[in-house]
Amino acid sequence: MEIRMLIGSIVTLIGAIFIFLGALGIVRMPDLYNRLQTGTKASTLGTILSIAGIGIINPEWAGKAFIIISFVMMTNPVSSHTLARGAHHIGIPLSDKTVIDKLQEAETEENKEDQI
Amino acid sequence: MVEIILYIAGGLILLGMLTALWRFVKGPSSADRIMAFDAMTVTSIALIALIAFFNNRIIYLDVALVYGLLSFTGVIVIARFLEKGL
Repeated sequence: MEIRMLIGSIVTLIGAIFIFLGALGIVRMPDLYNRLQTGTKASTLGTILSIAGIGIINPEWAGKAFIIISFVMMTNPVSSHTLARGAHHIGIPLSDKTVIDKLQEAETEENKEDQI
Repeated sequence: MVEIILYIAGGLILLGMLTALWRFVKGPSSADRIMAFDAMTVTSIALIALIAFFNNRIIYLDVALVYGLLSFTGVIVIARFLEKGL
């Protein structure tokens, strides 16, 4: 009983640490795409771990916690993907250290094929 | 013991929300602001779950679910609006 609640609270604490590190990455990263990566991946994992910890502490709540976890897991990458694609479409610049931009190459190739 | 650890976790989550708020205020482009808003809403889902535990009410988890649904829809709509696809 006590052990289970302790495990759940520690899982919640690990999730909170992930959320804090993700928010720190949002401030520190150089351009929008890197910020999207930390802001989505770390925040999603942190939220999943926090809600899982609440579900471990209260086993009657585990079903509803599982629904929220699966919902967050499905919707968060979709919104991040849409936002990154829209930002690339309106031409927000990449950082100076970026090596390769595959989406730009694919779009120019598409335009060439259209002209032919 | 358990409550102390959960209070520390809630403090860390609040600190994360404040750091994301800084990017929301500063962020150079509007896409940065939408990204910070997305991170803040996802973070606040975890905070609402913690509040549900402290108040011992399961109905707050439903609030968290609806809040996640609204933030997902909002981010999708604004991203499509930036892309001029709306």
